[in-house]
Amino acid sequence: MRACAAALMALAALAAAAQPLPDGRRSGFEFMGESTQAMQRDDALNPGMLWVLEGEAAWSQPVGAEGHSCAGCHGAARQSMRGVAARYPAFDAALQRPVDLRQRIANCRRKLQPQALAPGDEPQALALEAYVAFQSRGLPITPPADPRLEPARERGRRLFHQRLGQLDLACSDCHETHAGRRLGGSPIPQAHPTGYPIYRLEWQSLGSLQRRLRSCLSGVRAEPFAWGAPEWIELELFLAWRARGMLLESPAVRP
Amino acid sequence: MARTLITAPSSARRGEAITLRVLLQHPMESGFRVGADGRLLARDIVRRFSCSYNGERVVAVELFPAVAANPYLEFSALALDSGTLDFVWEGDHGFQHREQRTISVT
Repeated sequence: MRACAAALMALAALAAAAQPLPDGRRSGFEFMGESTQAMQRDDALNPGMLWVLEGEAAWSQPVGAEGHSCAGCHGAARQSMRGVAARYPAFDAALQRPVDLRQRIANCRRKLQPQALAPGDEPQALALEAYVAFQSRGLPITPPADPRLEPARERGRRLFHQRLGQLDLACSDCHETHAGRRLGGSPIPQAHPTGYPIYRLEWQSLGSLQRRLRSCLSGVRAEPFAWGAPEWIELELFLAWRARGMLLESPAVRP
Repeated sequence: MARTLITAPSSARRGEAITLRVLLQHPMESGFRVGADGRLLARDIVRRFSCSYNGERVVAVELFPAVAANPYLEFSALALDSGTLDFVWEGDHGFQHREQRTISVT
């Protein structure tokens, strides 16, 4: 019954996500074709749910010499991880720098397994990220009001508006100035990170926000930053702030 | 790998048409793409899928390299007796994956 109510709430949230906000911000969901939208709406059809299931299994699976699991400390993700993905990136007091959800999970895993998760879209990290993000589906993105994040977020804002690459384009040139228009036949969305990790049809797989940002950077013929570089986190911080209040759709489907 | 998402009713009325939906996690590597080293990636696809209802074949599907990764199939069957639904995927390099679901018919 509770699961049913939760499913109904999630459906209501998805329906709400399909409405543009009064300030004109729209999720990438609204720029997609009807069939791709249907794929995201229906959990039995959304391939991203396969990674969520994988993450659910990994959540309670003991790893490392002492046989700890995520569930051992954090309990049931349904309660403990609710709303967590909506807050990231956040400031990590131990590292004294902002980290995104991926890095937060990796840092936690590193304590359990000395052979830490590899950089990039490593399958198990992605599955755990998808499972944690899934617990926040339907919740609004709420970037923490932490003054320690401000300098990094400001650098992210500058990066978003900075022209890059041989094509000399800034993120904002496409995703603000020309958002809603078309590039090579495809609509240009407003670049709100509302559904990560996403199942991207072009990738035929689930992928992280960092992977998506990388392909934009190589798209303007710039050299992408290294995996996990601070620039990505700064950009993610700015994007999360820009999308504040929008509802999370993870795992979203994108063309 | 080989995780599946199966949507099948656990109960049905006799004579009712039930909808079965299956999603399999599989890369469906077509064999036509080149990898980062410029070499052709070996083909790795699911070639056959079948579903049996109490041992009787309900659907049989052949899949080809043009099918996208994580193939999704939807089909229907007539609920006649309580029993098991058997889902089998077979593919390249000896890939085989089997799932079962029980259904009670009243």
